[in-house]
Amino acid sequence: MNIGFKIIRRTIIPQIRESGLMLKLGLAIVATIIVLSIAAPLLTPYSPVTKAGVALQPPSSRHIMGTNNLGYDVFSRILYGGRTVLTVVISATLLSMCVGVPLGLISGYYGRIVDRIFSIVMDSMYAFPSLILALAIAAVLGPSMVNAIIAIAVVYIPTYFRMVRGQTLSIKSLLYVEAAKAIGAKDLRIIIRHILPNLLPTVIVVFTMNIADAILTEAGLSFLGFSVPPPTPDWGADLRAGHEYLLAGYWWLVAFPGLMIMLLATGFALIGEGLNDLLSLREAEKR
Amino acid sequence: MTALRTYIVVRTLMTIPIVFTLLTIVFIILRVMPGDPITAMVGMKAPPEYIERLKEEAGLNKPYHVQYVDYILGIIRGDFGRSLIWGRRPVLVEILDHLPATIELTIFGFLVSIIIGLTTGTIAGVKCYTRVDTSLRIYSIVAYALFIPWLGMMFQLIFGVYLKVLPVGGRIDPGLTVGWKPITGLYVLDGILTGRFDITMSALYHLILPSLTLGIVLSGAYTRLVRANMIDVLSQDFIRAARARGLSEFKVLKHALKNAFIPVLTMMGLQFAILLTGAVLTETTFSWPGMGTFLLERIKYVDYTTIQGTIVFFAIFVSVVNLVVDILYALIDPRIRY
Repeated sequence: MNIGFKIIRRTIIPQIRESGLMLKLGLAIVATIIVLSIAAPLLTPYSPVTKAGVALQPPSSRHIMGTNNLGYDVFSRILYGGRTVLTVVISATLLSMCVGVPLGLISGYYGRIVDRIFSIVMDSMYAFPSLILALAIAAVLGPSMVNAIIAIAVVYIPTYFRMVRGQTLSIKSLLYVEAAKAIGAKDLRIIIRHILPNLLPTVIVVFTMNIADAILTEAGLSFLGFSVPPPTPDWGADLRAGHEYLLAGYWWLVAFPGLMIMLLATGFALIGEGLNDLLSLREAEKR
Repeated sequence: MTALRTYIVVRTLMTIPIVFTLLTIVFIILRVMPGDPITAMVGMKAPPEYIERLKEEAGLNKPYHVQYVDYILGIIRGDFGRSLIWGRRPVLVEILDHLPATIELTIFGFLVSIIIGLTTGTIAGVKCYTRVDTSLRIYSIVAYALFIPWLGMMFQLIFGVYLKVLPVGGRIDPGLTVGWKPITGLYVLDGILTGRFDITMSALYHLILPSLTLGIVLSGAYTRLVRANMIDVLSQDFIRAARARGLSEFKVLKHALKNAFIPVLTMMGLQFAILLTGAVLTETTFSWPGMGTFLLERIKYVDYTTIQGTIVFFAIFVSVVNLVVDILYALIDPRIRY
């Protein structure tokens, strides 16, 4: 009893505290960025795509993040760029979740040849460098927001598929699923009513971690010039545009967009980590 | 031994359907998906005759099944076609020209990530649930969330623009390679092989910032993995036994680290794909003349056969590396058998 209590005090309590803290910090970062991007017109007097002042001015009270080579206000581009990034990334991850989860359920539940085919396709895609795959898709489709969403979505389907398939395999052999089958429940009902709800917590964790990953892929795509066409504000594209001026010392063109990418990705990663910890602690508690 | 041999044979055979699937995926993306690559890359304003001519040269005007058979047979023969621009060199030759630069970068990036990952992971594992551990955990998350080009640019700004101590781009001082023939294409190695240590030094000097950039971003994943393994291993009986026998803490850690390292090896296979993704971004940031910059340049010039060849090459490369990693893993860990 005494030793057990010690272990709880030394490991489990700090873990709960830590994961709660990560979750809160992550939520705070993400919420702040979302609010800032939505409230962009209220926070900045300048449009992100028109000349707001003299080009290449350092940060000042008029332009708190300076102006870029075209005289656009960097702060406005950061705020409005957040809209682009969030739209692309969240649509893409939702799309790949909506494709990956059903495929994983079907594959894991029915097994056999369907499972073999899906698994090998998904495993192959999973092993392939994600950015290069997205790049190939985006290059073929041409640079636009919708195409970037499709390219990123395709790349992340295997992430959901693999996780859902694995879990479905273990859940479907559980006693209550057998029982449901025995009383004559249809496959669709078993999948939706008995298997899917058990998957949801994990899907949510994977979803938040996946957003963090997708933010970096989106930034990569637009940095390489395969996302939204200019002059649409986008962090990755702004980073690329600013790179030309970096060696001349115009640091504010690149420092802020990259910082935002890092913050947003960190935010989602923290939420995912925190949720994951809480989830596994709860699982451990059950045992 | 026979079990090991069976494993190696089966695992090698399994690579064939994987490569085949990847080739099919690449084919579907580049040719069957809506949107026609050449029009998308040339832009809508190009005259239709020009687009037609490019399509014909790339063999894109035949029916899909004929194209598919041609494509697969070509790859089996090792024929990746010829580039559509600049002297129409064979695509494979062009790829092999650019591959060493990427390999050199990935090797050094990998070394940096392993060194940082092992040290931070071990420290975090030993000091688990302390403040040191928490800060290293935050490090691993932030490192993972760093955007490679941004980290690279910050390094360029600090070490290239402000301190002016390190080069911000390229593989080597251009003056050094005049009249010098590389052997393997890995400049650090070639410099030693040909006795030109100035070349090795210059190549290493140019590698510092790119490999740090790549290595730091990838180290986060290793930090977490090594930490988790260390915590697990350190709580096992043989460690307690080692401590009870009075081994020094250093020796105990050596035992633990050896065991904590095995799972890290499996992750290296998957990390390799991430390493290549990172290399593309690092190369673009540091004007590094490797596969990434090469692919992007050819996309810009609509060199269709080269684009296809390069992506196919990436697919095969990744599958082979995964195969090698799995076999290595089986050699080290006797539990891995079919």
